[in-house]
Amino acid sequence: MSREGGYIQMDKKRRDFLKIAGATTLAGLGGPAVVERLVTGTSPAQARAGHGEHPVAHGAKTHTAASGHEDNNAPTGRRLGMVVDLRKLRKQPELMEKIVHACHAEHNVPHFPNKKDEIKWIWRTKFENAFPEHSDYYKDKLTIAGDVLVLCNHCDEPPCVKACPTRATFKNKDGIVAMDYHRCIGCRFCMAACPYGSRSFNWRDPRAGLDMNHINHRFPTRMRGVVEKCNFCAERVGLGKQPKCVEVCGSTKAMIFGDLNDPDSEIRQVLKDNFTIQRKPSAGTHPSVFYIV
Amino acid sequence: MYDGGKIIPGLIIFVLFITFPIWYNRGNAGTVPQPELPKNYKQCVLPDADMRAEHMQLLNRWRDQVLRTGDRSFDVKIGDTMYQKSLMNTCMQCHTSKKKFCDRCHTYASVKPYCWDCHVAPVE
Repeated sequence: MSREGGYIQMDKKRRDFLKIAGATTLAGLGGPAVVERLVTGTSPAQARAGHGEHPVAHGAKTHTAASGHEDNNAPTGRRLGMVVDLRKLRKQPELMEKIVHACHAEHNVPHFPNKKDEIKWIWRTKFENAFPEHSDYYKDKLTIAGDVLVLCNHCDEPPCVKACPTRATFKNKDGIVAMDYHRCIGCRFCMAACPYGSRSFNWRDPRAGLDMNHINHRFPTRMRGVVEKCNFCAERVGLGKQPKCVEVCGSTKAMIFGDLNDPDSEIRQVLKDNFTIQRKPSAGTHPSVFYIV
Repeated sequence: MYDGGKIIPGLIIFVLFITFPIWYNRGNAGTVPQPELPKNYKQCVLPDADMRAEHMQLLNRWRDQVLRTGDRSFDVKIGDTMYQKSLMNTCMQCHTSKKKFCDRCHTYASVKPYCWDCHVAPVE
């Protein structure tokens, strides 16, 4: 064997190596995409279309499936939801005030005059704050004059639950986004994650903002350093009652509460008969609170 | 040992001094706390001894069942009546005084449960 022969053999090996290396790199870069496309039969752009869709399209979807997910996922279990009829509430602002007061009295929500210390479970806000994605040029009189009643949306995809490091906030079997104050460490990640500002932090001892002689003795208060929010009256719903706000509305039917997954429920009937919108649909949280505007 | 005559009595005095609470209270368990039991009720959720030893685990179990599992059924049997799992709405309905019931033992044992940071004790 000559020295020259050795070099030639070595060149061949290098060429083979480069070919194999090139093919492997290509397969590594493009392979998964090709396989995915072959398996699912859709392009990535189409597969993503389920997110951030227009509220109207999503609303319509919710009417049929009421799951907030894609239609092919048949909803299982309960998903409690609410319809807030702003047409009725705008006509009686005193009812809105009564609802807020009743909820806060029922759940021992403290009152602090300082805005920074404010704790709220359900409250009134301007339309443009409740629905900032809604585009308009000149608003109608009612929208300018009337407030919107807002509360925790009890989302089907709650970002607060994902953010919570201790699982103090979680989605319960009824679809309620609940808080376990025993576990809350007050990190406020959930407040940063919530797109609706539904959560309040107890900067101060909440009992200082309560008249302790006139509190509800069947429900606890909170302590300093925990985050709190509306619990969809889980403690009442669990006993077969309606949430306090819905109870206060009574026969006016300004707020309707029920199981979104039950096709025979009153709330499904209301959703079927009315055009409803959700808050910030592009956040992809699939709220369970719907508004008739 | 240099100065043994001073060191050894000194050590004995020191040991006697720091063990003062032990020998001074020898044979005396102190006043045993007497929590005031409800007058109208004879039975609790569990037998007395179990309640005394395990009421904290029981409360934690109730808390998890109610809050996290969402089981708010009235499945606690006391006598012939069914009650819900609740500190404020069941326990404290019979034990109407936190000061005369909870606090007596807790103070004696120097435990400070954080229940009452949020839960509201009955009005006394």
